[in-house]
Amino acid sequence: MKAALRELWALAAVPVVSILLALLVGSVLIILSSLATEKSINFLLPVIAYENLLQGATGLSFLDIAAKTVTFNLSVNPDQAGRAITSTLTAASPLVLSGLAVGVGFKAGLFNIGGTGQVLVGGFAAALVGAAVAGQPAVVAVPVAILAGALGGAFYGFIPGALKAFTGAHEVVSTIMLNSLAAFVIVGLVNDIFKIAGPSFARTADIGNAAMPILFGRNGNLGILITVALVALTWVLIYRTPLGFEIRTVGANPSAARYAGMSPRRLIVLTMSLCGMFAGLAGAFEILSLGYYPAVFGTSIGFAGITVALLGRAHPVGILLAALLLGGMRAGAPAMQITAKIPIEIIDVIQGLILLFLAAETVVRRLLRGRAKRVTPGEIGTVSRSYAETKV
Amino acid sequence: MDVVFGIPVIGFVLQFLAYLVDAIFTTNLPAQTLQLATPIALGALCGVMCERSGVVNIGIEGMMLTCAFVGFMAAMVVHEAMPGAVAGPFGFTPALVIGVLAAIAAGMLVSLLHAWLSITVRADQIISGTVINIIALGLTGYLNRLIKPSGSAGTLDALRPPHELLDLPIIGWIVKMFFTSGPITTAVIFLVVILQVLLFRSRWGLRTRAVGEHPRAADTVGIDVIRVRYRNVILGGIFAGLAGAWLTLEFNASFQNGMTANRGFIALAAVIFGRWTPIGAFGGALLFMVWEALGIAIRSNPPPGDLGVFLSGIQASYPSMYNNFFGALPYLLTLVVLAGVVGRSVPPAADGQPYVKEGAT
Repeated sequence: MKAALRELWALAAVPVVSILLALLVGSVLIILSSLATEKSINFLLPVIAYENLLQGATGLSFLDIAAKTVTFNLSVNPDQAGRAITSTLTAASPLVLSGLAVGVGFKAGLFNIGGTGQVLVGGFAAALVGAAVAGQPAVVAVPVAILAGALGGAFYGFIPGALKAFTGAHEVVSTIMLNSLAAFVIVGLVNDIFKIAGPSFARTADIGNAAMPILFGRNGNLGILITVALVALTWVLIYRTPLGFEIRTVGANPSAARYAGMSPRRLIVLTMSLCGMFAGLAGAFEILSLGYYPAVFGTSIGFAGITVALLGRAHPVGILLAALLLGGMRAGAPAMQITAKIPIEIIDVIQGLILLFLAAETVVRRLLRGRAKRVTPGEIGTVSRSYAETKV
Repeated sequence: MDVVFGIPVIGFVLQFLAYLVDAIFTTNLPAQTLQLATPIALGALCGVMCERSGVVNIGIEGMMLTCAFVGFMAAMVVHEAMPGAVAGPFGFTPALVIGVLAAIAAGMLVSLLHAWLSITVRADQIISGTVINIIALGLTGYLNRLIKPSGSAGTLDALRPPHELLDLPIIGWIVKMFFTSGPITTAVIFLVVILQVLLFRSRWGLRTRAVGEHPRAADTVGIDVIRVRYRNVILGGIFAGLAGAWLTLEFNASFQNGMTANRGFIALAAVIFGRWTPIGAFGGALLFMVWEALGIAIRSNPPPGDLGVFLSGIQASYPSMYNNFFGALPYLLTLVVLAGVVGRSVPPAADGQPYVKEGAT
């Protein structure tokens, strides 16, 4: 038992300490913000802010948790907690998918920064097909629209994959160009071709019956279940199938993979398409919950996937946990912004800081006197080595 | 093949070429291209400095954004403290000077973070750059929302050469392209040439390239690899700082969240396109941005004849797509060039690999 706990701590130490350090630095920024909003330094503001964040994410406050631990009273207000947890899950499910879009790429030594564009294309495809099948029964319309989103994203992941495999264009640069390209092209298409008359802003037609069915609570939709299933499927694919073995081999050592008769080109194209599919699904779930595609659809889901994947060590289960953490932060952030008057961007800063401490893991490990395991997935070395390399 | 789908192809091509020649020789298209290419070229110089010594830098985007923010804020604060200051040459007020210096300092500081992460901590350099991009976007957005800047220190002025000089044949055209912009844009041309010469003709350049190609060999002959890399990455921050200053103190007079709009990444593509040389990267920046400049020219002054009628027809029926097409062109072109050229472009051999001294762990 003790050995198992020590093993678990070794695995989780660096991520947990990184999160704590990020929250600590974040609280300094929050204290500074009181200078602008309250004209005085309020050292309690971080407590209030994080309290609101926690309450928005779980329905519990620090005081609640403390009191309940002391009195062994573990009952919660089911209404409040249920609502908060549902919104955390709703926020987390697209993050899991965009995290997989980056994490599965890492396994093959690929760095997919194209999540943003893939989310847009997937969401746009889902919105168009969803509007086309709006009149069909939901049993047909929902799967068809989701599938369209998956295919749209996969197509947009296939492009940088093929470019890398056949021309050597590094995916880090090409996916970023594709992100901008998708944003420009889709805004133009929505404004000029797919706009419907009526609403005060440019958007596509209603998706009708293709809307995501709500399964529990106010907004707990089908996407959450599909996401959990996909996490399990991805784990099986990566660790229990020949294809997964090939992906991991090409990520760990591309030359060895080639000598073993595997085709790195095929695997790069395949993996990038798979990554695009995950991100496309994230976009489809978002749009099918919203009900239409707005011309201006700013989303940070794709970009947050990088933090999720690195925090979760590019492992499906780790990604699930990391997405729950960041999803909770997103669910709680509006409450924090209203009560403590802290700009919502603090969430992005905290995410970046978590990544910073993860990147500086040797330093964090020294803090822990070396009892922790390395966090950065080994395959990321391949990402750097392949940077602008000529031959794949 | 004169007519395809009812569009007179050859006629259009001829009209477009005539428009292009006219634009290049009589309008301010070349000057505008140089202006738009400035942040790309400066970002690329930052990239060349880092990568020639063996440090990959994909954090240029975040560095530029931070510098743009810091420069803007510093200039604004000074401007509010001394509003009536007299402007010197190029419209340099004390506020703007301090803004540019603050932007450069910010660039060097962020570069120091990247250098520490990738050289000392030996973190993965791609991740280190990504961290800088994410934190820069979040932090500048957070502070911008908190401070809500309302004032501005204005912008730097463009050079206005005398009319007699502009009217000269050939020389006039050159002067118009290179010397009718703000100080940062004008400085770029000199910076590119100086860096090119230094990199290939000086002791510093030789050492830098040695460290980037074969750090072990450089170490054996007594070059301090770690020091050379630190110095290059931090000096590279100066260029990112100038690029940021261009954004908020020369081209615009305000700061918007995420205003770099992927320019840092286009700069990265320019580095690859230019095969890790300053002049090549500058050429890449010009090539990428000439399309955006041309888009602006076509929209403000459509070509005459059938081509103009055809284009304004498209603009009338699909206004948003027409505008966004020109917005998307630099990215599309970067992608095409990257796919077509990179196969023949070879990075410094030790690019992206942390150096560990032999015997050390």
